[in-house]
Amino acid sequence: MSQARAGGCKSEISFTVNGVFSTVRAYPMERLLDVLRGELELTGVKEGCGEGECGSCSVLMDGALVNSCLIPALQASGANITTIEGLGEPTRLHGLQKAFLECGGAQCGICTPGMILAAFHLLRKNPDPTLEDIREGLAGNLCRCTGYAQIFEAVAVAARRGDVS
Amino acid sequence: MRADPANFELIAPGSLQSVVTLLASEPGRWLPIAGGTDVMVRFAAGMLPPQKLVSVWNLPELRRLEVMPEEVRIGAGCTYTDLREHPVVDEEFPLLANAARATGGIANQNRGTLGGNIVNASPAADSLPALLVYEADLILVSVRGERRLPYSEFHLAYKTTRLAPDELIRAICLRRVFLEYVPYWRKVGARNAQAISKVSMAGLARLSGGILEDARIALGSVAPIPLRLTETEQAIRGRGLGPETTQLARRAVVAEIRPIDDIRSTARYRAAIAANLVSEFLGKLSAKKA
Amino acid sequence: MFVSYAFSFTIREQVRRACCGSRLGSRRRGFPVKDNRIVGVSVPRKEGRDKVTGRARYIDDMTLPGMLYGATIRSQIPRGKIKSVNFGAGINWNEFAIVSAKDIPGKNCIALILDDQPCLADGVINHPEEPVLLLAHSDKHLLPKAVAAVSIEYEPLPAIFTIEDSEQGREIIWGADNIFKSYLIEKGSVDGIWQAAAHVVEGEYTTGAQEQLYIENNGVIAAWDPEQGITLWGSLQCPYYVHKALMALCGLPAEKVRVVQMETGGAFGGKEEYPSMIAGHAALLAMKSKRPVKIIYDRMEDMAATTKRHPSRTRHRTAVSQDGKILGGEIDFTIDGGAYATLSSVVLSRGTIHAGGPYYWPSVRIRARALATNAPPHGAFRGFGAPQSLFAMERHMDRIAQVVGLAPHEIRRRNFLKVGQTTTTEQVIGEEIDLGHLLDRALELSSYHAKQARFKKENLSANIKKGIGIAAFLHGAGFTGSGERYLSSVVGVEGIANGNVRVLVSSAEFGQGTKTILCQIAAEALGLPYENVEIGQPDTLEVPNSGPTVASRTAMIVGKLVHSAALGIKQTLIANAMLDPTYSPEQFRDACRDYVATHGRFRSLARYQEPNNIYWDDQNYRGDAYAAFAWAVYVAQVSVDLTTYHATVDDFVALQEVGKVLHPVLATGQIVGGVAQGIGYALYEKVVWKDGRMQNGQMTNYIMPTSADLPSIRVFFEEMGNVHGAFGAKGIGELPMDGPAPAILNGIEDALGVRFDSIPLLPEDIFVGLTDPLGEQCHPAGAR
Repeated sequence: MSQARAGGCKSEISFTVNGVFSTVRAYPMERLLDVLRGELELTGVKEGCGEGECGSCSVLMDGALVNSCLIPALQASGANITTIEGLGEPTRLHGLQKAFLECGGAQCGICTPGMILAAFHLLRKNPDPTLEDIREGLAGNLCRCTGYAQIFEAVAVAARRGDVS
Repeated sequence: MRADPANFELIAPGSLQSVVTLLASEPGRWLPIAGGTDVMVRFAAGMLPPQKLVSVWNLPELRRLEVMPEEVRIGAGCTYTDLREHPVVDEEFPLLANAARATGGIANQNRGTLGGNIVNASPAADSLPALLVYEADLILVSVRGERRLPYSEFHLAYKTTRLAPDELIRAICLRRVFLEYVPYWRKVGARNAQAISKVSMAGLARLSGGILEDARIALGSVAPIPLRLTETEQAIRGRGLGPETTQLARRAVVAEIRPIDDIRSTARYRAAIAANLVSEFLGKLSAKKA
Repeated sequence: MFVSYAFSFTIREQVRRACCGSRLGSRRRGFPVKDNRIVGVSVPRKEGRDKVTGRARYIDDMTLPGMLYGATIRSQIPRGKIKSVNFGAGINWNEFAIVSAKDIPGKNCIALILDDQPCLADGVINHPEEPVLLLAHSDKHLLPKAVAAVSIEYEPLPAIFTIEDSEQGREIIWGADNIFKSYLIEKGSVDGIWQAAAHVVEGEYTTGAQEQLYIENNGVIAAWDPEQGITLWGSLQCPYYVHKALMALCGLPAEKVRVVQMETGGAFGGKEEYPSMIAGHAALLAMKSKRPVKIIYDRMEDMAATTKRHPSRTRHRTAVSQDGKILGGEIDFTIDGGAYATLSSVVLSRGTIHAGGPYYWPSVRIRARALATNAPPHGAFRGFGAPQSLFAMERHMDRIAQVVGLAPHEIRRRNFLKVGQTTTTEQVIGEEIDLGHLLDRALELSSYHAKQARFKKENLSANIKKGIGIAAFLHGAGFTGSGERYLSSVVGVEGIANGNVRVLVSSAEFGQGTKTILCQIAAEALGLPYENVEIGQPDTLEVPNSGPTVASRTAMIVGKLVHSAALGIKQTLIANAMLDPTYSPEQFRDACRDYVATHGRFRSLARYQEPNNIYWDDQNYRGDAYAAFAWAVYVAQVSVDLTTYHATVDDFVALQEVGKVLHPVLATGQIVGGVAQGIGYALYEKVVWKDGRMQNGQMTNYIMPTSADLPSIRVFFEEMGNVHGAFGAKGIGELPMDGPAPAILNGIEDALGVRFDSIPLLPEDIFVGLTDPLGEQCHPAGAR
């Protein structure tokens, strides 16, 4: 990892987000969440609790699902980050997005970006999950609207269809 | 978000050597931060005083797991995901693998580290009772070299440990001698996932013809530090399984622990559950021997 | 690969059967429920694509040039006088915009009902976290330190925190007697029934506060312009409530206040009245600083400072005949309103009217009061008083069953309201509802009898005790009595230049599906494809006041108006000979385009007309309380692990009659989500109070269920239709909140044979109920 300049100063931190190499000027202790939403204007990443409990801020960092509210920007240096904006394309939704739409997996939508990324992460590791696997995989993402059932169904549908890369 | 990032420094020197050198140059002035799942919560709540931090995240010397013939050395920088996915940890140290699975959700397991859990020294930490019954050793490192310390001696008082101001935990060593033991691990929280434990228990027992040759019990959240119940173990070691032994164990547990009332639970409840978990453990052993 | 396909298909089926068993069963006599082309079909959520791609714009996603960030300085004591305010050292106060009560141009209050709540405390504090001062700065990171640097010296006054302390008048903290509001419902002659009663059954039931816990915290942005006035964007349910409040606070006329609802990340009532407060704060800062101001709460502030569900205490005393019929009774229903009146009178009203449940009371006296305590004011939360009083009623029915010696389902069956009978407010049940049938169906779907018998046997030796419990209930849709007439809602449907139509309502989308169902209704009414109906963003500059998005009124009341307004568009085109009555969608769109090109604006408005046969006496609280009721029977299968004293819901059947199901997926989602919140209300969500302040204001310590904690929630609908609602719809948003808690506690009593009458019921409480002071199990804890 590159060494940032010491002191309460901003420094240049670079990483790849949704396939695009980006450099930002940020304090090393700025939360990755705030850098993504602020400097990079990726407002699909949401803040729900700031304590790593709700998962609304979930992103993928080097392939691992993480809570971006708990990551200092400096620790993301050199990483490969995927946010909801990096899933699917404007004209072609990702299989999970389609399934969420069909099954009612999104109600108010605030947990949805994190939830979809958590599901994406689950299906990458386990393309054929049981209901219990889905429950566990999504247990770190809180939803207050749906009671989870239609979210589980969306994940199961997407898994069955297999278009989840 | 109640902290001003401008008031904090964070550097990532990138190697263990450079980190310990830094810690030695200004002892107590640099707070190591690994996955951040504890530090960043305090930071965002405005509870972390402005200070300097040094990142130990993903240091290659710390994030490795060595399987040796006699012991497994888990680097302090290994995450819960690293632990739960490692076949040797899963097979030979299931208490630790279970604890890893029960900590937070997937996202926090991907960032939380075993070393961080130990240093943070919360009595409610999920993996610590397991380390107590596995009688882990810690390897601590500083510019002065390495030293090996039984984990049982690490915690002195509530959130006070033997770690010197310029030291880091380098590795956690577990001897590969537990395959014969029957494991028991249970966490009791407010809900099934993402819960701080109200009581947690790690247990190991070796039976021979219905006699408890060795019984090890450690509990979380019942004392200012994670607690190995040596007196309870003493009371039941060498005894046969049965209702009398269970009653003895229950009374000993309640006498040995020091639970409190706090925002999550009550002392009375914790004491009752602790006794129940030990009963359940002994019951499981009875079923096994049958 | 075949195996994996089958496996994942099985999960989908499992989940689908588990939660989406939308059986549109037994058509009852009455209003015919037709199968429609769009209504009744699960069309794509109107704004769904934006939500799943992260493009939906919530308030914190918005910035304005030159924007400042605002923060609130709040009281640290529950009650007292402000002696002095000190702005501490180490802060460059010149850089901050600072607002106090004396900066308020209009009236220092949050205009709602009684207007007793100040926007900023003016010398007097009545609850912890009461807003005193406001700060704004361009660097949001400087705000926490600045807030901490303001020290306020108080002269504390004695404070009260419980219903008991308030009603005993230990301190008088509001009005003459701490009573925000009281109601008395009297039906028949209660005093004469006790003699004839074979049984007199008493009980006391209590419910705790509950935090709405929308995942998106409260937030607004306010901008001020001397010409245009205030513009306010925010996460909110009721743009016109905020509009009214800002007019009064800022001393501005209606046309100089504009309120725009942004995508809202959950609300559940927590953004019904509260946003007027945070909006007022941002507006004041914007006016003072002449810059746009954004205020977004973090989770700790939102939990500690904003509204929660009213805690309640209900006392029942019921006269019952030998064969288990309710002869009459007294119900004492009391809610804790916190420090200011806000909406307590209305919460009390609904709770009072629902207190008798779905049963026939030949006579009843219901005394209800909303009391003041020194806690942050309690407020709207899904159900709005009914979950509280229905919890009591349904627990009480099980008690009556025990005393009389009848099964829980039988006692209910014998007392269910029938067609032609009157409710506690003497509303005649006119629709062809058959609650006995609903009960039968719920018992069958839950395998109630077989399970209960099995559990009784298994519990003798099991360490995990199982039980099954029932709750039967109703929920009135729309505003009570004359409320809808008072609201006089207006809806618009507009033909636009591209040939589409656009629905214009102030009704907010916050996940329940407002946009979708209102577009379905318009599309159905006009014979257009769903894709050709749009819906405008709720912006008080652009949309009429269709009333607040509360009280489960959107489908029924607003939907019906959308239908009417849509028909108005059609009628205009036909009347102008631009369209033939047997038109195709393409012809409609051509005609619409032509009309707009020729005439410009093309808008049809519809205003609420109270149905002729609805009579409500506000003085005596008697008459037709609601235009329509939804009816439900819920069954909860629970287990209690005696090792940990955890109660878990293992299976849940939610059966309801809701008129027409406009959108099966959305409707099911509403029920599952509501049941999940009800499970939280019963078993997990405890607000820990200390001196009127919430101590566990973080998600770590305020426990809502995760995906790992909820069972299969199996949802079933009956559709009987309703003449008053769009295509026969009734309200469903709040209904699912009423049933879970009593069903669960009834199930726990079934499992353990021990009575619990207070929620939330935590493992620690079950433990105390089952053991003696030495911690030894003192109840046999077997099934009854």
